[in-house]
Amino acid sequence: MVATFVKKIRRDRFLYLLLIPFLLWYAVFMFKPMYGLQIAFRDYSIFKGISDSPYVGFHHFEVFLQSDYFLRVLKNTLMISLYSLIFAFPVPIILALLLNEVKNATFRKTVQTFTYLPHFISVVVVCGIVTNFLSPSSGLLNAVLDKLGLEKIYFLAVPEYFRTIFISMNIWQEAGFGAIIYIAALAGINPEQYEAAVIDGASKWKRVLHVTLPGILPTIMVMLILKIGSLLEVGYEAIILLYQPATYNTADVISTYVYREGIMNGRYDMATAVGLFNAVIGFVLIIIANFLSKRITGNGLW
Amino acid sequence: MLESRGEKTFYAFNYVILAAAALITLYPFLYVLSASLSSPKAVVMGDVFLYPIDITLDAYSAVLKEKGILTGYANTLFYTVVGTIVSLVLTVCGAYALSKKRLMGRKLFNILISITLVFQAGMIPTYLNFRELHLLDSRLAIIIGFAISTFNVIILRTFFQSIPDEIEEAARIDGASDFSVLMRIVLPLSKASLATIGLFYAVSRWNGYFWAMVLLKDPNKIPLQVLLNRLVVQMKPSDNMLADSAFSVGETLIYATIVVAILPIVAVYPFIQKYFVKGVMIGSVKG
Repeated sequence: MVATFVKKIRRDRFLYLLLIPFLLWYAVFMFKPMYGLQIAFRDYSIFKGISDSPYVGFHHFEVFLQSDYFLRVLKNTLMISLYSLIFAFPVPIILALLLNEVKNATFRKTVQTFTYLPHFISVVVVCGIVTNFLSPSSGLLNAVLDKLGLEKIYFLAVPEYFRTIFISMNIWQEAGFGAIIYIAALAGINPEQYEAAVIDGASKWKRVLHVTLPGILPTIMVMLILKIGSLLEVGYEAIILLYQPATYNTADVISTYVYREGIMNGRYDMATAVGLFNAVIGFVLIIIANFLSKRITGNGLW
Repeated sequence: MLESRGEKTFYAFNYVILAAAALITLYPFLYVLSASLSSPKAVVMGDVFLYPIDITLDAYSAVLKEKGILTGYANTLFYTVVGTIVSLVLTVCGAYALSKKRLMGRKLFNILISITLVFQAGMIPTYLNFRELHLLDSRLAIIIGFAISTFNVIILRTFFQSIPDEIEEAARIDGASDFSVLMRIVLPLSKASLATIGLFYAVSRWNGYFWAMVLLKDPNKIPLQVLLNRLVVQMKPSDNMLADSAFSVGETLIYATIVVAILPIVAVYPFIQKYFVKGVMIGSVKG
């Protein structure tokens, strides 16, 4: 037993040598922080370190759940997620379906090339463009309003506009690239199915409804599960760049709250508890979504 | 196959909608470019819509004079080049070893790395980890700390698995060592996959901003994106910039900075696009 064990290690010593730096990286930068998650249950002090900070149980969770922030950030997180589920999620699907009907390959390639591009631009630049376009002093949109004789608006300071701006920005940046996966699924549909439908006298619309859509439904379901699983993970990098105290009422989400409490205010234990709360709920959500998807369509992530 | 009138109308509409989508995507880029080449007055007055007005290169010469931007640019280049190399080396090490079915413990290692796909410690424990490792305000944190993406490991592992064992066996019979099998046989066969994940890494390095902002304080170490945040999003130019006559170009300086920041990406994008599409496909099938 031990002999074969040693023999196998000796035989594959080169592979194990390769694995050392790789697994070491995972240990130090992925799993060690997971050990640090326990400060969510401690009264953490940097000077005492993790294990010497006193254990306080669910104290931080209780404080968070009873604070005024809890309802605000939970509501904002869910609203932004829900709105992007309704408005942003279908856009790549529609884009893929439309592209699938284009017969001119050059035109299709050109549209694809253009619409993928924003995905590769950094979030800072995209937010910078948005900020400048909407700027009250010299932004393009206000210049148009001004020319039309309307009053200028400081869009990014109005809480009611924040979600619309944020979700439109996301659609602009990600819809094209998000379509790739559906385009691949569409390419995988067996052409014989279309031919059979034509022989049966199905119209274009009927073919889309009964061949195309069922063909990409598994992909849509998988993407939907992933989306629901990340319902509580709103793109905080962009929000940190776009929000300001005036719009906290609609823009402050769980992860931006974690950032302010933890990184900016140094309340590490509290912020870790809120982050953990977020991750656990997200985990539960993805399990529920997967279960439902399996029940309804027979397809799931696992 | 004959098309009905309804279908013809649909196709015509389809072209219009898609052309509109492409134009909406492109317009902000066009505007930024035009604004950067226009006179500040024309931009502030809102006269620029499509093409530059009162063409001038003042904004660009101001950008090139600004030391902070040049430092940021150099730092970004450093993080992108060195970071991508480190990422590729570590990813190849793990993906190659884990692609071998005979490796004892393979299943356990695969489970361990897959866990990080669904669960990670999160922002604060990650930050405190860097603090404990004394990697705050250190270039090393940016290079090493974010070196591996499990997604890319899986893509590469899948590719390595598709290389037939016979090729490696043949080389070994000819007396090649394990190391030279990897270097001379496996890696040359994987050029396209290595290019794909190398580009994934390079773009995320080039665009990386959040952790650089959180971990780096020294202005000599910050990459372009962090500087851009101050300049373009918060519209707070550095102090010496305000004092500098350069800032008289004001608004257009911001647009010129954006152009300079995205130029490398846009310039190589048409050539690398197909690799990205390929990467997304592999990832979606085997993810």
